[in-house]
Order: sequence, then structure tokens, then C-alpha cells
Amino acid sequence: MSPTPTPALVLDDVSVVRAGRTVWSQGTLAVPAGAVVGVIGPNGAGKTTLFQVALGLLPVAAGRVEVLGAQPRRGDRRIGYVPQNYTAALGDAIRCRDLVTLGLTGHRFGLRRTSDADRARVDEALRRVGALEYADRRMSQLSGGQQQRVAIAQAIVDDAELLLLDEPLANLDLRNQQEIVTLLGELRRERSVTIMVVAHDLNPLLPVLTDAVYLLDGHPHHDPIGEVVQEDLLTHLYGTTVRVVRTAQGDLFTRATGPDPA
Amino acid sequence: MSAVAASVQFQSDWWQVLQTDFMRNALLGGSLVAIAAGLLGYFVVVRSNAFAAHALAHIGFPGATGALLVGAPVTLGLAVFCVGGGLLIGLLGRRVADREIATGTVLAFATGLGVLFASLASANASTTTSVLFGNLLAVSDDELVVFALFTLAVAVVLALIGRPLVFASVDPAVAEARGVPVRALGVAFVVLLALTITMAVQVVGTLLLFGLVVTPAAAALRLTARPGRVAAIAVAIALLSVWVGLVLAAMVDLPPSFFVVTVSVLVWVAVLVVVRARGRAPAAAGSGCAHTAEGVPTAGRASVL
Repeated sequence: MSPTPTPALVLDDVSVVRAGRTVWSQGTLAVPAGAVVGVIGPNGAGKTTLFQVALGLLPVAAGRVEVLGAQPRRGDRRIGYVPQNYTAALGDAIRCRDLVTLGLTGHRFGLRRTSDADRARVDEALRRVGALEYADRRMSQLSGGQQQRVAIAQAIVDDAELLLLDEPLANLDLRNQQEIVTLLGELRRERSVTIMVVAHDLNPLLPVLTDAVYLLDGHPHHDPIGEVVQEDLLTHLYGTTVRVVRTAQGDLFTRATGPDPA
Repeated sequence: MSAVAASVQFQSDWWQVLQTDFMRNALLGGSLVAIAAGLLGYFVVVRSNAFAAHALAHIGFPGATGALLVGAPVTLGLAVFCVGGGLLIGLLGRRVADREIATGTVLAFATGLGVLFASLASANASTTTSVLFGNLLAVSDDELVVFALFTLAVAVVLALIGRPLVFASVDPAVAEARGVPVRALGVAFVVLLALTITMAVQVVGTLLLFGLVVTPAAAALRLTARPGRVAAIAVAIALLSVWVGLVLAAMVDLPPSFFVVTVSVLVWVAVLVVVRARGRAPAAAGSGCAHTAEGVPTAGRASVL
């Protein structure tokens, strides 16, 4: 047994090829258990692809991957996943509660009623994200922030050890963004879950991030967040001038100051 | 005007007509179809497969006329073409809605093929008409047995795969990550749909099929979003449509297809009106959300998912 906990995600010289094109290569990193990791990089850099590798949905072309100490495999129940544009795709044909229940029992074949124990777990997940009061409504009847909470409830209902959230803050207003970020911080503390978040905008996440995985020049890298929030690195990463502002409270802000588009 | 009046005439002996053997077969056959169609309706709507359902019915048309051409049973021809077409569509992709152009093209080709087979078989106009518009009154004893087997198959398979199929239908990306065989379920579903359409074509015909497979579930979905309840309500609406449709048809001695579809459409319109009226009523307690009124009370705890 190793003295330190098993890392949540290990890449060892991993390359990923999709439709004949190398998405990224030479990925070597270890995401420590219990981290809150921002996954950042320009469009098309392969952030979602990294999640698909971790979920066992996409085999790697080369190298070795370990997720929570095991080879990635589809249906690993220790991973909770919220895809990109997830809530937009859900119509009015499902109640929030039933969607969360599917996260627990949706893979089971056969005619079985949902047990009381399972129902209690669904209620607990909904309560944890603050979605209990609208649990019996349809997904389409909720605001974007409410939908995102339900999506997170579905991801944590089976007591996931690793949460993969793809753009959970997209299309949310500032207040809802902050509430989701606060929720992520709480989940990490209470459940010692590792959280990886794909985000275009790092700013709202900075209060809770401990680490970052950034996709730069076709390779994934991993660093503690303090080392990532550097002007020259972020400027290189996004291809536009980025400035880092440190306030008295120690908050970090990044701001693009590229040439005026007008 | 007088010609129309002459053809729509109240039949005072409609109760005797309902007792006849062909009416009994029509009631039983129609009920079996209604059950299968109602059970699958939720998935057809949720998977945006309504157009594919319509296309499958048209793909069945050359199957039926082709069967006439080679002297095989019409049900067999329909089943072979619908299941074959269903497998093809199912293998093409899990979201057939993304493939409207391909589906529409296949639909046009199938209809053309159906017309060709019909003329090669020198089928008379009434045979072709019964495929296009259904002929519930011509359900034979043998077909009744086939209908019963198909409906049983749909019910049993759906009981086994229902829960993962709901997951794969409303939430395919997460379902796949959670290890649900999304693709295989899609193929299984489309085969069940093809079996149901094989039956439904003989009840309401290829052109009116929508009214029995899609409309009842669409109405049920306005009332509740719980899959089990949607299925139950859709089955009820479909059964009501077939029964009332047959009685009305017997009363005025006209083909039942029109009445079956009309009842189903009227129920759908009524549900839309009622739900909209309720939606305007003061919203139930809840947070600041535009549409808070769920159409049906959600007191029942048992999840039928």
C-alpha cells in the first residue's frame, strides 16, 4: 500500500487519436485525490476528450490511464458525470426526481420497483444540492441554475468519488455561477470527492480550485492552481493577453486585455 | 349534399353489428394494437422518433403490396419490411431525428415501391386503400393470434428493458457513461416499434398511424412526466379511441379508421386546452419559475420508472 491516497486520475505518456487526428499526446500527470481541478484550454484542445478517456468511452492510442486506481471502464459507478450542454438536451418528459433516480438505478434491467432505500438516497442527493423543493417538477420547468443542481444531484446520488463536470457554469448568470461554485466547495469538503471541472472562464471557479489541468500546445499538463494563474502562461494558453489581478483578500482575477476588437 | 347525407346514415342495427364475428375481431385486434402503441408512445415522443414511426409505416406499404404480389400474408410482408426498415434505421443512429433527410428519402422510395408492387400485383383499389387507411373490420382469426403474440412480446421486452431504455432515451450521454448499452437498446426499441406498426397499419393504415402511436402519448405527456403513468394513460386513450371509434363506425356504417383517429385527436386537443387553462390559474407554491403548475398532483410516492 502506498502511504499517500491513490490519485484520482493518472496519465502516463498518453496520446489520444480521434478520427485519425491526434487530439493531444504525451500526457503525463497525476491528479491527487480530493482536488478540485479546473480543466482549461482553448476550444478544441481536447478537454471533453480527457473526460471521455477517464469514463472509458474513448480508448487511448498510446500510454496508460488509471482512474481511481483502476483502468478506465464504461459504467464505473464511482464516477459522476455531467456532460456539456447537458441540461439543455433534457426536455419536459422527465421529472427532476426521476432523472436523479436514473443515476442510481437506470442501468438495472428487469421489472423492479425503486426501493425505499434508493428513494431515500435520491432525496438526500436532491437535498444536498438544494433541489428538493422543485424535485417533482419537470426539468424543462426549471431555470438553468436549478437544472444544473439537479444534474449534479444525479452525478452524486451514487456516492461518486470522482465528479467530472463539463462546463457546469455555461449559460448561468453570475449569482447562479457563484452558488454552483460554493456547492462544489461544500461537496469536496463533506464527501472528500475529487472534482474536475471543464470551464472556459476560470474566474468564478478560482475560490475553490486547488489544481488545474491545462491543455497547451497539444499536451495536457497539471499544476497546483497558484502556478497556473500566471500572466505569461494564461496568455500563451488562450492566445490573447491575460492579466492577473490580486486583491487584498487574496482573490485572483484574470482578465483578457487583448487588442480592442473595435 | 344529398349524396353525402345518403352515405352518412344512422344504422339502427348497430348493436347487432357490434355482436358480429368481424366486429369482435376488430375490437380484440384494435385493443391489442392500442395496448402496444400506448406502451411505446412515451419512447417515440421522448426519442423524437415520431417521424421514424411514420416512415416505418410507409416502409411497410411495399411490404404489404409485395406480399400481395407473391401471394404471402399481408401481415408477414408488413412485419418483414417494418422490422427490416427498423433495424436499418436503428443501426444508422440512435437519434433518428438527426437523420430526417435520409429517413424522408427512404420513405419516398418505399412508397414508390409500394405503388409499383400494387400495380404489378394488379391489386384492386380497395386492397391498396386498406393498407393506406387501415381496415380494422378485416382482421382475421389468424391475424388476431399474431397480434396477441406481438403485443405480448412488446409488453414483456418493455418490462425487461424499460428502465434502462428510459435512461437511454432521456439522457443518452450519461446513460452511456453509466454503462447502459444505449445503442443496443435503440435497436431493440425500433424492432418493438416495427412490430407495433405492423399491427397498427392494419388498424388505422399507414397514413393515419400517427393518431394511434404518437397522439395518445403526446396527450399523456401533457398530464404527467412519469414514464409509467404516461404509458398507462396513453394505453387508456388508445383503447378509448379504438372502442369509441368502432362503435361510431358501426352506428353510421363507415370505415373505423377515421373515427379511431378522430377520438384520439379530440382527446389530445381536450388535454391541451385543459392543461393550458390550468397553467393560467394561480401557480402552486414554489420558487420564482415561469411554469410551476404540473398538470397532475404528484402525491403518489411509488415510482413506476
